[in-house]
Amino acid sequence: MSNAVMESKPSVPDEIPTFTATLIIRRFDPDVDSEPRWQDFDVELHGTDRVLDALHKIKWEQDGSLTFRRSCAHGVCGSDAMRINGRNRLACKTLIKDLDISQPIYVEAIKGLPLEKDLVVDMEPFFDSFKSVNPFLMAGGLPKDGKERKQSPVERARFDDTTKCILCAACTSSCPVFWTDGQYFGPAAIVNAHRFIFDSRDENAQVRLDILNDKEGVWRCRTTFNCTDACPRGIQVTQAIAEVKQAILRGKP
Amino acid sequence: MSVIEAPRSPGVRTARKRRVNWEKWGWIYMRVSGVILVVLIFGHLFVNLVAGEGVNAIDFAFVAGKLADPFWIVWDTLLLWLALIHGSNGIRTIINDYANNAIVRRILLGAVLVSTIVLLTLGTLVIYTFDPCPAGAPADLLPSFCPVP
Repeated sequence: MSNAVMESKPSVPDEIPTFTATLIIRRFDPDVDSEPRWQDFDVELHGTDRVLDALHKIKWEQDGSLTFRRSCAHGVCGSDAMRINGRNRLACKTLIKDLDISQPIYVEAIKGLPLEKDLVVDMEPFFDSFKSVNPFLMAGGLPKDGKERKQSPVERARFDDTTKCILCAACTSSCPVFWTDGQYFGPAAIVNAHRFIFDSRDENAQVRLDILNDKEGVWRCRTTFNCTDACPRGIQVTQAIAEVKQAILRGKP
Repeated sequence: MSVIEAPRSPGVRTARKRRVNWEKWGWIYMRVSGVILVVLIFGHLFVNLVAGEGVNAIDFAFVAGKLADPFWIVWDTLLLWLALIHGSNGIRTIINDYANNAIVRRILLGAVLVSTIVLLTLGTLVIYTFDPCPAGAPADLLPSFCPVP
Protein backbone atom coordinates (compact mmCIF):
# COMPACT_ATOMS: atom_id res chain seq x y z
CA MET A 1 0.00 0.00 0.00
CA SER A 2 1.47 3.25 -1.02
CA ASN A 3 0.97 6.56 0.60
CA ALA A 4 -0.09 9.43 -1.55
CA VAL A 5 2.74 11.88 -1.72
CA MET A 6 2.27 15.46 -2.70
CA GLU A 7 4.46 15.98 -5.72
CA SER A 8 4.72 19.73 -5.55
CA LYS A 9 3.76 22.09 -2.81
CA PRO A 10 0.59 24.09 -3.52
CA SER A 11 1.40 27.61 -4.46
CA VAL A 12 0.78 29.92 -1.56
CA PRO A 13 1.45 33.61 -1.90
CA ASP A 14 4.17 34.78 0.46
CA GLU A 15 1.81 37.06 2.23
CA ILE A 16 -1.99 36.75 2.36
CA PRO A 17 -3.38 40.24 1.85
CA THR A 18 -5.04 41.78 4.87
CA PHE A 19 -7.00 44.92 5.51
CA THR A 20 -7.90 46.92 8.56
CA ALA A 21 -11.53 47.33 9.55
CA THR A 22 -12.95 49.46 12.31
CA LEU A 23 -15.62 47.94 14.49
CA ILE A 24 -17.68 50.14 16.79
CA ILE A 25 -19.21 47.91 19.42
CA ARG A 26 -21.94 48.85 21.86
CA ARG A 27 -20.49 47.87 25.21
CA PHE A 28 -22.37 47.50 28.46
CA ASP A 29 -21.02 46.19 31.72
CA PRO A 30 -23.80 46.14 34.32
CA ASP A 31 -21.25 46.37 37.15
CA VAL A 32 -19.71 49.60 35.89
CA ASP A 33 -21.92 51.29 33.32
CA SER A 34 -25.30 52.83 33.87
CA GLU A 35 -25.79 53.32 30.13
CA PRO A 36 -24.37 51.39 27.17
CA ARG A 37 -21.44 53.10 25.45
CA TRP A 38 -19.83 52.74 22.02
CA GLN A 39 -16.20 51.64 21.81
CA ASP A 40 -14.17 51.31 18.63
CA PHE A 41 -11.58 48.71 17.73
CA ASP A 42 -9.25 48.46 14.73
CA VAL A 43 -8.78 44.88 13.57
CA GLU A 44 -6.47 43.39 10.95
CA LEU A 45 -8.53 40.95 8.88
CA HIS A 46 -8.38 38.64 5.89
CA GLY A 47 -10.89 38.49 3.08
CA THR A 48 -12.31 35.27 4.45
CA ASP A 49 -13.01 36.67 7.92
CA ARG A 50 -16.49 37.10 9.27
CA VAL A 51 -17.75 39.52 11.89
CA LEU A 52 -17.41 36.68 14.41
CA ASP A 53 -13.70 36.33 13.56
CA ALA A 54 -13.27 40.05 14.12
CA LEU A 55 -14.97 39.76 17.51
CA HIS A 56 -12.71 36.82 18.35
CA LYS A 57 -9.62 38.80 17.41
CA ILE A 58 -10.77 41.65 19.64
CA LYS A 59 -11.53 39.35 22.53
CA TRP A 60 -8.34 37.32 22.21
CA GLU A 61 -5.88 40.07 21.33
CA GLN A 62 -7.24 43.43 22.45
CA ASP A 63 -9.93 43.34 25.13
CA GLY A 64 -10.72 40.10 26.89
CA SER A 65 -13.76 41.56 28.60
CA LEU A 66 -15.76 41.73 25.36
CA THR A 67 -18.73 39.44 25.90
CA PHE A 68 -20.79 37.71 23.24
CA ARG A 69 -22.45 34.36 22.62
CA ARG A 70 -21.35 31.90 20.00
CA SER A 71 -21.42 28.15 19.89
CA CYS A 72 -21.03 26.37 16.58
CA ALA A 73 -19.75 29.42 14.67
CA HIS A 74 -21.19 28.02 11.44
CA GLY A 75 -24.73 29.34 11.27
CA VAL A 76 -26.53 26.38 12.80
CA CYS A 77 -26.82 26.97 16.54
CA GLY A 78 -28.27 30.47 16.39
CA SER A 79 -26.28 31.85 19.32
CA ASP A 80 -24.63 34.85 17.74
CA ALA A 81 -27.47 36.89 16.30
CA MET A 82 -26.55 40.56 16.60
CA ARG A 83 -27.31 43.88 15.03
CA ILE A 84 -24.62 44.58 12.44
CA ASN A 85 -24.80 47.98 10.74
CA GLY A 86 -28.40 48.26 11.91
CA ARG A 87 -29.52 44.91 10.54
CA ASN A 88 -29.99 41.70 12.46
CA ARG A 89 -27.50 39.14 11.22
CA LEU A 90 -25.60 36.12 12.46
CA ALA A 91 -22.03 37.25 13.14
CA CYS A 92 -20.78 33.88 11.84
CA LYS A 93 -22.53 34.28 8.48
CA THR A 94 -21.60 37.89 7.73
CA LEU A 95 -18.35 38.31 5.81
CA ILE A 96 -16.53 41.52 6.63
CA LYS A 97 -15.70 42.07 2.95
CA ASP A 98 -19.42 42.14 2.13
CA LEU A 99 -19.83 45.14 4.40
CA ASP A 100 -18.61 48.61 3.48
CA ILE A 101 -15.21 48.61 5.21
CA SER A 102 -14.46 52.20 4.24
CA GLN A 103 -16.94 52.98 7.00
CA PRO A 104 -16.82 51.68 10.56
CA ILE A 105 -18.92 48.59 11.23
CA TYR A 106 -21.44 49.05 14.01
CA VAL A 107 -22.10 45.97 16.12
CA GLU A 108 -24.65 45.89 18.94
CA ALA A 109 -26.88 43.45 20.75
CA ILE A 110 -30.26 42.55 19.28
CA LYS A 111 -33.02 44.91 20.35
CA GLY A 112 -36.20 44.34 22.29
CA LEU A 113 -34.76 41.88 24.81
CA PRO A 114 -33.17 42.86 28.15
CA LEU A 115 -29.48 43.67 27.70
CA GLU A 116 -27.28 41.69 30.09
CA LYS A 117 -23.73 42.47 29.00
CA ASP A 118 -22.12 43.80 25.80
CA LEU A 119 -23.72 41.67 23.05
CA VAL A 120 -25.53 39.24 25.36
CA VAL A 121 -29.26 39.62 25.96
CA ASP A 122 -31.71 37.74 28.14
CA MET A 123 -33.43 35.31 25.76
CA GLU A 124 -36.03 34.10 28.27
CA PRO A 125 -38.92 36.33 27.09
CA PHE A 126 -38.21 35.09 23.57
CA PHE A 127 -38.29 31.44 24.60
CA ASP A 128 -41.39 32.02 26.74
CA SER A 129 -43.41 33.07 23.70
CA PHE A 130 -41.87 30.16 21.76
CA LYS A 131 -43.03 27.75 24.48
CA SER A 132 -46.51 29.19 24.63
CA VAL A 133 -47.37 28.06 21.08
CA ASN A 134 -46.84 24.36 21.99
CA PRO A 135 -43.90 23.79 19.63
CA PHE A 136 -44.06 20.00 19.65
CA LEU A 137 -46.03 17.33 17.83
CA MET A 138 -49.41 16.83 19.43
CA ALA A 139 -50.86 13.59 18.13
CA GLY A 140 -53.34 11.61 20.16
CA GLY A 141 -53.52 7.83 20.30
CA LEU A 142 -51.48 5.30 18.40
CA PRO A 143 -50.75 5.57 14.67
CA LYS A 144 -52.98 3.57 12.34
CA ASP A 145 -50.67 0.59 11.88
CA GLY A 146 -49.29 0.96 15.38
CA LYS A 147 -45.82 1.78 14.10
CA GLU A 148 -45.36 5.12 12.43
CA ARG A 149 -47.21 8.21 11.32
CA LYS A 150 -46.73 8.35 7.58
CA GLN A 151 -46.46 11.55 5.62
CA SER A 152 -46.23 12.07 1.88
CA PRO A 153 -43.49 14.26 0.39
CA VAL A 154 -46.15 16.79 -0.60
CA GLU A 155 -47.46 16.97 2.95
CA ARG A 156 -43.92 17.38 4.22
CA ALA A 157 -43.18 20.14 1.72
CA ARG A 158 -46.14 22.15 3.03
CA PHE A 159 -44.24 23.25 6.16
CA ASP A 160 -40.67 22.66 4.97
CA ASP A 161 -39.70 26.33 5.03
CA THR A 162 -40.54 26.83 8.69
CA THR A 163 -38.66 23.73 9.86
CA LYS A 164 -35.42 25.60 9.17
CA CYS A 165 -35.76 27.90 12.18
CA ILE A 166 -32.77 27.87 14.55
CA LEU A 167 -34.33 30.16 17.19
CA CYS A 168 -31.64 32.82 16.91
CA ALA A 169 -34.19 35.59 17.63
CA ALA A 170 -32.97 37.70 14.70
CA CYS A 171 -36.51 37.98 13.34
CA THR A 172 -38.33 38.63 16.61
CA SER A 173 -35.80 41.25 17.69
CA SER A 174 -36.06 43.02 14.33
CA CYS A 175 -39.83 43.42 14.64
CA PRO A 176 -40.93 46.97 15.50
CA VAL A 177 -44.10 45.67 17.12
CA PHE A 178 -42.02 43.44 19.40
CA TRP A 179 -39.79 46.40 20.31
CA THR A 180 -42.71 48.39 21.65
CA ASP A 181 -43.75 46.27 24.62
CA GLY A 182 -42.61 42.69 24.03
CA GLN A 183 -46.13 41.37 24.53
CA TYR A 184 -46.44 40.32 20.89
CA PHE A 185 -45.67 36.64 20.30
CA GLY A 186 -43.11 37.65 17.68
CA PRO A 187 -42.27 36.13 14.30
CA ALA A 188 -40.19 33.22 15.63
CA ALA A 189 -43.01 31.85 17.79
CA ILE A 190 -45.46 32.13 14.88
CA VAL A 191 -43.00 30.44 12.51
CA ASN A 192 -42.69 27.51 14.92
CA ALA A 193 -46.45 27.35 15.36
CA HIS A 194 -46.75 27.33 11.55
CA ARG A 195 -44.38 24.37 11.43
CA PHE A 196 -46.85 22.27 13.46
CA ILE A 197 -50.13 23.81 12.34
CA PHE A 198 -49.46 22.68 8.78
CA ASP A 199 -47.97 19.30 9.77
CA SER A 200 -50.38 16.59 8.58
CA ARG A 201 -49.45 14.36 11.56
CA ASP A 202 -50.36 16.97 14.14
CA GLU A 203 -53.90 16.92 15.50
CA ASN A 204 -54.00 20.04 17.62
CA ALA A 205 -53.63 22.81 15.06
CA GLN A 206 -56.82 24.37 16.40
CA VAL A 207 -55.24 24.87 19.84
CA ARG A 208 -52.36 26.82 18.31
CA LEU A 209 -54.65 28.80 16.03
CA ASP A 210 -56.69 29.80 19.09
CA ILE A 211 -53.54 30.88 20.92
CA LEU A 212 -52.40 32.99 17.95
CA ASN A 213 -55.88 34.45 17.44
CA ASP A 214 -55.22 36.37 20.65
CA LYS A 215 -54.99 40.15 20.99
CA GLU A 216 -51.18 39.82 21.00
CA GLY A 217 -51.22 37.16 18.28
CA VAL A 218 -50.88 37.31 14.52
CA TRP A 219 -53.15 40.34 14.14
CA ARG A 220 -50.44 42.58 15.58
CA CYS A 221 -48.23 41.78 12.59
CA ARG A 222 -47.86 44.95 10.49
CA THR A 223 -46.31 43.18 7.50
CA THR A 224 -43.11 45.24 7.60
CA PHE A 225 -40.99 42.30 6.34
CA ASN A 226 -38.17 43.10 8.80
CA CYS A 227 -38.30 39.49 9.95
CA THR A 228 -37.97 38.07 6.45
CA ASP A 229 -34.99 40.34 5.83
CA ALA A 230 -33.36 39.37 9.12
CA CYS A 231 -33.78 35.59 8.92
CA PRO A 232 -30.32 34.01 8.46
CA ARG A 233 -31.98 30.82 7.21
CA GLY A 234 -33.92 32.56 4.46
CA ILE A 235 -37.30 31.59 5.89
CA GLN A 236 -40.16 33.55 4.31
CA VAL A 237 -41.30 34.63 7.78
CA THR A 238 -43.88 37.21 6.75
CA GLN A 239 -45.44 34.72 4.35
CA ALA A 240 -45.64 32.11 7.13
CA ILE A 241 -47.40 34.64 9.37
CA ALA A 242 -49.81 35.48 6.53
CA GLU A 243 -50.56 31.76 6.09
CA VAL A 244 -51.35 31.45 9.79
CA LYS A 245 -53.70 34.47 9.48
CA GLN A 246 -55.42 32.75 6.55
CA ALA A 247 -55.71 29.53 8.55
CA ILE A 248 -57.32 31.40 11.44
CA LEU A 249 -59.80 33.02 9.06
CA ARG A 250 -60.62 29.61 7.53
CA GLY A 251 -60.79 28.03 10.98
CA LYS A 252 -58.54 25.16 9.91
CA PRO A 253 -55.04 24.72 8.44
CA MET B 1 -49.31 -3.52 27.75
CA SER B 2 -49.77 -0.24 29.48
CA VAL B 3 -49.76 2.98 27.53
CA ILE B 4 -47.45 5.55 29.04
CA GLU B 5 -48.97 8.95 29.52
CA ALA B 6 -47.74 11.45 26.96
CA PRO B 7 -44.90 13.33 28.67
CA ARG B 8 -45.87 16.76 27.45
CA SER B 9 -49.61 16.65 27.13
CA PRO B 10 -50.92 20.13 26.41
CA GLY B 11 -51.95 21.95 29.53
CA VAL B 12 -55.66 22.32 30.12
CA ARG B 13 -56.47 25.66 28.57
CA THR B 14 -59.27 27.52 30.19
CA ALA B 15 -61.84 27.84 27.44
CA ARG B 16 -61.61 31.38 26.25
CA LYS B 17 -64.78 33.32 26.55
CA ARG B 18 -66.25 33.25 23.07
CA ARG B 19 -66.36 36.97 22.73
CA VAL B 20 -66.12 38.83 19.47
CA ASN B 21 -62.48 38.90 18.47
CA TRP B 22 -62.08 42.60 17.73
CA GLU B 23 -58.46 42.32 16.64
CA LYS B 24 -59.41 39.80 13.97
CA TRP B 25 -62.40 41.78 12.75
CA GLY B 26 -60.39 44.99 12.82
CA TRP B 27 -57.78 43.35 10.61
CA ILE B 28 -60.42 42.05 8.19
CA TYR B 29 -62.14 45.45 8.16
CA MET B 30 -58.90 47.17 7.12
CA ARG B 31 -58.48 44.81 4.16
CA VAL B 32 -62.08 44.91 2.96
CA SER B 33 -62.59 48.66 3.43
CA GLY B 34 -59.21 49.31 1.82
CA VAL B 35 -60.25 47.59 -1.39
CA ILE B 36 -63.59 49.43 -1.51
CA LEU B 37 -61.93 52.76 -0.67
CA VAL B 38 -59.59 52.47 -3.64
CA VAL B 39 -62.64 52.53 -5.92
CA LEU B 40 -64.52 55.18 -3.92
CA ILE B 41 -61.58 57.57 -3.55
CA PHE B 42 -60.37 57.40 -7.12
CA GLY B 43 -63.95 57.69 -8.38
CA HIS B 44 -64.41 60.75 -6.16
CA LEU B 45 -61.16 62.32 -7.33
CA PHE B 46 -61.88 61.61 -10.99
CA VAL B 47 -65.39 63.09 -10.92
CA ASN B 48 -64.28 66.15 -8.97
CA LEU B 49 -60.95 66.93 -10.61
CA VAL B 50 -60.80 65.37 -14.08
CA ALA B 51 -64.23 64.75 -15.60
CA GLY B 52 -65.99 67.55 -17.47
CA GLU B 53 -64.39 70.94 -16.87
CA GLY B 54 -61.97 69.44 -14.37
CA VAL B 55 -61.00 71.25 -11.22
CA ASN B 56 -62.49 74.55 -12.44
CA ALA B 57 -65.97 73.09 -12.10
CA ILE B 58 -65.78 72.95 -8.31
CA ASP B 59 -67.78 75.65 -6.64
CA PHE B 60 -70.70 75.84 -4.23
CA ALA B 61 -73.15 74.95 -6.98
CA PHE B 62 -71.12 71.89 -7.98
CA VAL B 63 -71.14 70.54 -4.41
CA ALA B 64 -74.82 71.40 -3.97
CA GLY B 65 -75.60 69.59 -7.19
CA LYS B 66 -73.73 66.48 -6.10
CA LEU B 67 -75.42 66.42 -2.72
CA ALA B 68 -78.83 66.63 -4.37
CA ASP B 69 -78.20 63.39 -6.27
CA PRO B 70 -79.07 60.20 -4.32
CA PHE B 71 -76.21 58.37 -6.06
CA TRP B 72 -73.62 60.78 -4.69
CA ILE B 73 -75.31 60.84 -1.29
CA VAL B 74 -74.81 57.07 -1.00
CA TRP B 75 -71.27 57.34 -2.44
CA ASP B 76 -70.25 60.09 -0.03
CA THR B 77 -71.82 58.32 2.95
CA LEU B 78 -69.87 55.15 2.17
CA LEU B 79 -66.71 57.18 1.62
CA LEU B 80 -67.17 59.02 4.92
CA TRP B 81 -67.85 55.98 7.08
CA LEU B 82 -65.38 53.59 5.52
CA ALA B 83 -62.53 56.11 5.36
CA LEU B 84 -63.04 57.57 8.85
CA ILE B 85 -63.28 54.20 10.56
CA HIS B 86 -60.38 52.90 8.48
CA GLY B 87 -58.26 55.86 9.53
CA SER B 88 -59.21 55.81 13.19
CA ASN B 89 -58.64 52.05 13.39
CA GLY B 90 -55.18 52.65 11.94
CA ILE B 91 -54.50 55.34 14.54
CA ARG B 92 -55.77 52.93 17.20
CA THR B 93 -53.22 50.29 16.21
CA ILE B 94 -50.45 52.88 16.19
CA ILE B 95 -51.47 54.04 19.68
CA ASN B 96 -51.52 50.45 20.88
CA ASP B 97 -48.04 49.96 19.43
CA TYR B 98 -46.40 53.11 20.72
CA ALA B 99 -48.21 54.40 23.82
CA ASN B 100 -46.57 52.41 26.60
CA ASN B 101 -48.13 54.29 29.48
CA ALA B 102 -51.56 52.80 30.23
CA ILE B 103 -53.12 56.14 31.20
CA VAL B 104 -51.77 57.96 28.14
CA ARG B 105 -53.01 55.13 25.96
CA ARG B 106 -56.51 55.31 27.40
CA ILE B 107 -56.64 59.07 26.93
CA LEU B 108 -55.43 58.85 23.33
CA LEU B 109 -57.77 55.98 22.45
CA GLY B 110 -60.67 57.86 24.05
CA ALA B 111 -59.80 61.00 22.08
CA VAL B 112 -59.72 59.04 18.82
CA LEU B 113 -63.06 57.42 19.62
CA VAL B 114 -64.74 60.71 20.53
CA SER B 115 -63.40 62.59 17.53
CA THR B 116 -64.42 59.76 15.20
CA ILE B 117 -67.95 59.73 16.54
CA VAL B 118 -68.24 63.52 16.34
CA LEU B 119 -66.89 63.62 12.78
CA LEU B 120 -69.13 60.77 11.64
CA THR B 121 -72.18 62.44 13.15
CA LEU B 122 -71.40 65.86 11.69
CA GLY B 123 -70.49 64.43 8.28
CA THR B 124 -73.62 62.32 8.06
CA LEU B 125 -75.75 65.28 9.13
CA VAL B 126 -74.23 67.45 6.42
CA ILE B 127 -74.78 64.83 3.72
CA TYR B 128 -78.43 64.25 4.58
CA THR B 129 -79.62 67.66 5.76
CA PHE B 130 -77.70 69.88 3.36
CA ASP B 131 -79.96 72.46 1.76
CA PRO B 132 -78.30 75.04 -0.50
CA CYS B 133 -81.34 77.31 -0.41
CA PRO B 134 -82.66 77.32 3.16
CA ALA B 135 -86.06 78.87 3.47
CA GLY B 136 -86.16 82.24 5.15
CA ALA B 137 -82.51 83.10 4.61
CA PRO B 138 -81.70 86.66 3.48
CA ALA B 139 -81.59 86.80 -0.31
CA ASP B 140 -78.08 88.34 -0.47
CA LEU B 141 -76.59 85.28 1.27
CA LEU B 142 -78.15 82.74 -1.10
CA PRO B 143 -76.30 81.44 -4.16
CA SER B 144 -77.42 82.66 -7.54
CA PHE B 145 -79.12 79.43 -8.62
CA CYS B 146 -81.70 79.52 -5.83
CA PRO B 147 -85.26 80.30 -6.90
CA VAL B 148 -86.13 83.89 -6.09
CA PRO B 149 -88.96 83.90 -3.57
